[in-house]
Amino acid sequence: MSALLRVAELNAAYAATIDDDRLEAWPDFFVENCLYKITSAENRKRGYSAGIVYADSRAMLHDRVTALRTANIYERHNYRHIVGLPVIGEAGDDGLTGETPFLVVRIMRDGRTDLFATGVYVDRIRDEAGRLRFAERLVVCDSSRFDTLLVIPL
Amino acid sequence: MPDTILHHPEVASPIGWSGDITRVPFRVYRDRALLHTEQERVFEGPVWNFLCLEDEIANPGDWRATVIGQMPVVVVRDGEGEIAAFENRCAHRGALICLDNAGRSAKDFQCVYHAWRYDLRGNLKSVAFRHGVNGKGGMPPGFRVEQHGPRQLRVTTLHGLVFGTFSDQTPAIEDFIGPEVLARFDRILGGRNIEIIGRFVEVLPSNWKMYAENARDSYHASLLHLFFATFKLNRLSQGGGLVVSANGGCSVSETIAPTQSDDTAYAGMRSVDDDYVLRDPRLIDVIDEHPDRVRHQIVTVFPNFVLQKTQNAMALRFFTPDGVDRTNLEWTYFGYADDTPDMRQRRLRHLNLGGPAGFVSMEDGCVGGFVERGIATAESEAAIVEMGGTGIESQATRATEAAVRGFWSLWRRVTGI
Repeated sequence: MSALLRVAELNAAYAATIDDDRLEAWPDFFVENCLYKITSAENRKRGYSAGIVYADSRAMLHDRVTALRTANIYERHNYRHIVGLPVIGEAGDDGLTGETPFLVVRIMRDGRTDLFATGVYVDRIRDEAGRLRFAERLVVCDSSRFDTLLVIPL
Repeated sequence: MPDTILHHPEVASPIGWSGDITRVPFRVYRDRALLHTEQERVFEGPVWNFLCLEDEIANPGDWRATVIGQMPVVVVRDGEGEIAAFENRCAHRGALICLDNAGRSAKDFQCVYHAWRYDLRGNLKSVAFRHGVNGKGGMPPGFRVEQHGPRQLRVTTLHGLVFGTFSDQTPAIEDFIGPEVLARFDRILGGRNIEIIGRFVEVLPSNWKMYAENARDSYHASLLHLFFATFKLNRLSQGGGLVVSANGGCSVSETIAPTQSDDTAYAGMRSVDDDYVLRDPRLIDVIDEHPDRVRHQIVTVFPNFVLQKTQNAMALRFFTPDGVDRTNLEWTYFGYADDTPDMRQRRLRHLNLGGPAGFVSMEDGCVGGFVERGIATAESEAAIVEMGGTGIESQATRATEAAVRGFWSLWRRVTGI
């Protein structure tokens, strides 16, 4: 299978895992010493290193899930990810690189449906015994504005 | 500390606030006309509005656009290195003078509409075709550019932060915030060069004053934000307290770790329930940077500014009304310019506690919306703000709403409502 198809398949599975509320499986899309960061194009352009979510280990992604299940308070809602085709970049030292545009719609418990975020996933992807995992996934949102709160990962 | 802010003369108001500051009429959050009153008497009144960081306008001609309440303003470093600020509104037809968020090395500003030109302090310098073309048209001979221009602010700085005011009555910022709040600015910012490491906006579905209250409400912290309790990271022995400035409008809420324990030993605090173990304790492992054991410090400055340090994460919060029922909350994350790579990385991890997705802050984004919807038809009802008494004095506990009452005390004084 081509790199394009393999990454497209990875992205499809990733989006479905979030949108189907199988978040406990979400950290498995990352290698153990990963970086997952949600930032914005403006922050990236300015070289700002902070994200609104910054996890530099898979364990932190598990902590995110535990927190949203058991600790954090928010109104029930879910996402619908629409993920475009990846642009596959140069092969890196340890695997693939790629960029994939996304669009996330947020559906609130009362049915209100809003465009919540758009942007691009900037990825470094590693093949671990035949399964692709994200060594790094930068979620670069087009806007730096977030409505109300972000609890479910993008 | 002298408290020199004058009372605004009492005015007839549609709010009908008959009681004291322990009963806040819900109409103060929902009355659209009140937003105009607040613009004039709060934001353009005897207060210090946060404008930007000095570092953002480091060199002559550097500028940044922001807002005072709902008024667009420009903050700029002039040719002499002084900071000026003026309303971002052309004197001619009222168009924005600066269209972007920020810029560098400007020599002057020119309105795009009819090319009226301003110097870096916001003084009108020239009017296009002022004398007409070929002897026809032009402004009347009596027109004087020096008689026109956008409103200009008085500017001050505090440890690299720039504040502005429209009022001649506003006391010096050190007096406005008082010595105890000033000491907390000194703690975090004194003698340090700070560097912005992120900026995000959280759009709150509520009136701006709900967030002003929330930031001062030390009572809700452990009740609404369950992250620390869930992961058994709360220490009941933790001390802390609340300081309110003499004018009521500024405050400090602090949590202090006990001195006898090693705070990096969070593994020992783990719950027996494996599901609720923090798998990566680096999310919160703190390194002391100050000669104290303060772990969490929230400093508020009336009306709409917060300086925060939580573990090793530092942030400014600046919130402004976008209509009566929406608020733009701007988070500016920062570190020290001389951070080691390890410390910078630590701040990035600890920032997971704050911001729009923060483990102990995301709830503040939605809770104001819950209140807005709850009070939809409660026009004649009022909120109860009586925890910790009826006054605005500092207290050695966080189970108090003294700083919320302090906010209303100053708000009522400057609005006359």
